[in-house]
Amino acid sequence: MRISPPIRRCLAVAGAGALALGLAGCATSYAPILDPQGPVALGQRDIMFRAFGIMMIVVLPVFVLAAIFVWRYRASNAKARFEPEWESNGIDALTWIVPALIWATLAYHVWVYTHAFDPYKPLDPYVKPLEVQAVAQDWKWLFIYPEEGIASVNEIAFPAGRPVTFRITSDTVMNSFFIPALGSQIYAMAGMETRLNLLADRPGAFRGRNTQYSGDGFPDQHFAALSMTAEDFDAWVAKAKASGEGLDAAAYEALAKPSSKHPVTYYATVEPGLFGHIIARYDGAMAMTAMDHGGAAAE
Amino acid sequence: MFGRLTIEALPLYSAIAMGGALIVVFGTLAVMAAITWMRAWGYLWREWFTSVDHKRIGAMYVILALIMLVRGFIDAIMMRTQQAIAVNSDGYLPPDHFDQIFSSHGTIMIFFMAMPFLTGLINLVMPQQIGARDVAFPYINAMSLWLTASGAALVMVSLVIGKFSTAGWTAYPPYSGIDYSPYVGVDYWVWAVLLSGIGSTLSGINFLVTIIRKRAPGMKLMFMPLFTWTTLCTSVLMAFAFPAVTVVGVLLELDRVAGMHFFTSGDGGNMMNFANLLWIWGHPEVYILILPAFGIYSHTVSTFSGRKLFGYTSLVWATCAIAILSFTVWLHHFFTMGSSANVNSAFGIATMIIAVPTGVKVYDWLFTLYRGRIRFTVPMLYTIAFIVTFVIGGVTGVLLAFPPADYLMHNSTFLVAHFHNMLIPGALFGYFAGLNYWFPKMFGFRLDERWGKRSFWCWVVGFYLAFMPLYMLGFMGMPRRMEHYDVAAWQPYLVVAFLGAVLILVGLTFTIVQIVVSVRRRAELRDPTGDPWNGRTLEWATASPPAPYNFAVIPTVTGRDAFWTMKADGTAWRRPARYEDILIPRNSAFGPLIGAIAFVLGFAAVWHMWWLVALSAVLAAIVVIIRSSNDDTDRLLPAAEVERIETAWLAEVAAAPRPVDEPARGVPSAALPGAAT
Ligand code: HEM
Ligand SMILES: [Cu+2]
Repeated sequence: MRISPPIRRCLAVAGAGALALGLAGCATSYAPILDPQGPVALGQRDIMFRAFGIMMIVVLPVFVLAAIFVWRYRASNAKARFEPEWESNGIDALTWIVPALIWATLAYHVWVYTHAFDPYKPLDPYVKPLEVQAVAQDWKWLFIYPEEGIASVNEIAFPAGRPVTFRITSDTVMNSFFIPALGSQIYAMAGMETRLNLLADRPGAFRGRNTQYSGDGFPDQHFAALSMTAEDFDAWVAKAKASGEGLDAAAYEALAKPSSKHPVTYYATVEPGLFGHIIARYDGAMAMTAMDHGGAAAE
Repeated sequence: MFGRLTIEALPLYSAIAMGGALIVVFGTLAVMAAITWMRAWGYLWREWFTSVDHKRIGAMYVILALIMLVRGFIDAIMMRTQQAIAVNSDGYLPPDHFDQIFSSHGTIMIFFMAMPFLTGLINLVMPQQIGARDVAFPYINAMSLWLTASGAALVMVSLVIGKFSTAGWTAYPPYSGIDYSPYVGVDYWVWAVLLSGIGSTLSGINFLVTIIRKRAPGMKLMFMPLFTWTTLCTSVLMAFAFPAVTVVGVLLELDRVAGMHFFTSGDGGNMMNFANLLWIWGHPEVYILILPAFGIYSHTVSTFSGRKLFGYTSLVWATCAIAILSFTVWLHHFFTMGSSANVNSAFGIATMIIAVPTGVKVYDWLFTLYRGRIRFTVPMLYTIAFIVTFVIGGVTGVLLAFPPADYLMHNSTFLVAHFHNMLIPGALFGYFAGLNYWFPKMFGFRLDERWGKRSFWCWVVGFYLAFMPLYMLGFMGMPRRMEHYDVAAWQPYLVVAFLGAVLILVGLTFTIVQIVVSVRRRAELRDPTGDPWNGRTLEWATASPPAPYNFAVIPTVTGRDAFWTMKADGTAWRRPARYEDILIPRNSAFGPLIGAIAFVLGFAAVWHMWWLVALSAVLAAIVVIIRSSNDDTDRLLPAAEVERIETAWLAEVAAAPRPVDEPARGVPSAALPGAAT
């Protein structure tokens, strides 16, 4: 096959540029999905790798056969056999059986791991998780710590090694709550509550964000997720308590107004039941607890 | 009088938006001036716009698709440019503008590029493949075309008057509700989707009835060419899935203008119903887009390997299986909405079943190459690139069907890479292959191979550069629809993706050059026989372009690859004992008229000019009633005229060196296009 010189030159330049940039990219990239910081993200990444490996059984032969066939049976190769009526029931049957077996294997994995990584499922039945209530607003995240009685905007902290259970809602359009390094995202919807359980193995600073497009401020709608030692966490709570600000109904209304790049803010007190009130604003929406989430919603 | 339409609606708010508007306005004026200068209005009106001939309608669909491909691509490269530079800065597009662009890009590419492209190719080819003279309902066919065109026109007009939606091509509420999107954008989206959606539903029904009722004698279902099979399945999907998007559009619009609460978060409505309804259409939709391409690849791979298709029966059953299963998997688009593990795994497993028939197909195409004689023509190059690239998209699709993996990759650029990996090599390359393959059937001459190959290489390499980096960006946590970002590590990948888009721009330009060059070389590239590739199915038994009636005598079919058999038996290009009078439907202004009225109705509804909405609805009803009460719709082509046309063509066939004198079974001669490479 002939490619004309100008095109070849174009392709070569583009290819070389891409390679160089690609390498430059790899050297500096941090890929939270490939470098998980907690058991949820780790398990989810590994199941992805395993599924990828299983699929290679049917995929690699495609590349190999395509290369061989295209080369060998090119029209200019008069030596190759030409059998225009050739069929094979054996191969025909194999094309169904092998993918079907792979499907069965994958299906088993789907069932097991979807249950294992049900975001609603507590990570450790013997440890009481830290509860955080997350509220999506335009274009920021409010986090309420009901037990500590504090709240924060665009920053959460939690002790490393302790499960965290999120109760999530939205006071605006649909959002999706996601901390890539820890795994599992879930939608935040007004008038409804969804749940998520996460755990960070070690102290570290991660990035979380809304991944569901929600308007002008969407690109900047991220927050810091800080995993820290138990002492540091206590200090963080104390810092919030010392902030002097209180989150009552009026302060909440002010906060809920659309704003971009909202600075990290702490509240020393939170009006009790605020999270429930935010959901109840959308009265008449479906169930107050999590939708139709089978058994898990009953907890 | 003008509803909420005021002078403010002009895009004076931004130089770039203004530029876009001016391009649309002056582009349209320039085309109109050119037509006037060539005095072509009368010709276009009589021969094309009012035509109800399925081949002409097919060609007009394809032209619409190519125009919208250019528009959709301009959107794409604008986004790519923005993301390549907008690290820790605002780039050159404000959020409000960027958000309109990804919304219009997705909407245009799906509804106004891919849908018209495949509908056009089906229109052109399917009736000929089954040995029919036209589709079952030629007038409805024209109406479908002009409804689609009116939807496309609404999207284009939104560039000039008002704004387009910023809610993405999926328009999820509550964002798309009146509280968060009070201006006209979402209304433009709804009305464009409604109008073209009605067109698509009607097309689906039309094709379905055509295939069931109008097959040539002897063509059993299991003798049908694969493109006809995939058309059958796609039509079932169109007829059954599109009503869902019509309903979802109507309900959303009722929420927006009539204060109803189907999808609002209060008062008993629920946004989750929208997601369910939308994707009950949306997932079958992706198979509507891809099945016809599968059909095209089945023909190109067998024609250009010079052998019969491997595993015909498997391919048919795989197609049917995919069509049925496609209705059972919609929930995989929102695994992250909090459904239980049982629900999510059921839908994950159902989704993966589709990979089985799809895998079967890929292997059947591969084994069609085996022991063939492969000619590397442009359609064949697209086919090979498709087989290899498509499996990559398949793998990432199965990964996303794992709910736990989807929890990580949902809403990321990994997803964007996945669906472009399916839509570009899977659907678009298939349409390009079909365009190069069947172009002679549209206009009587082949497309230039050299420019076709140049274009091909740019598209393929450009595709890899533009979308492979997005997989990695997904692992790096980059969400889709980002107008700017502050993670510097993403930028190199986005620059590569930008370079890929530039290469695709070159490819798209070459596609246009290819068409222009071919028109200029049309005498050389002429296809005198109607069978330029040594084809196997009945569409090659007609002239290029076919006479208005396609077949002077309806062929009798005795097996698969009907035309191949005719060539082998020496019964191809045979002069029948006698010719008969043929009835063909008369041209009619009905199609363009309905399209124009629908456009006015949509535009008036967007701007709340309710009197005009009512007026155009009444007008539309009157036009339909007048048209349906007219039974005198056919004109007679006398036998003598048929004989004259056929004799002229058969003389040309006899004079042509090829493929008449070529053994139908055996090694294709070097004279075939592409055989020498
Ligand atoms: C020709 C080259 C193409 C390029 C360079 C391109 C580029 C893009 C880009 C940059 C986005 C936005 C990604 C983001 O949200 O971050 C996008 C979204 C999208 N594209 Fe393409 N695209 C191309 C072709 C196509 C085709 C052929 C189709 C369909 C047949 C298509 C369908 C879509 C859809 C549905 C979206 C989602 C829009 C949304 O977020 O609402 N694209 N594309
Ligand atoms: Cu789907």
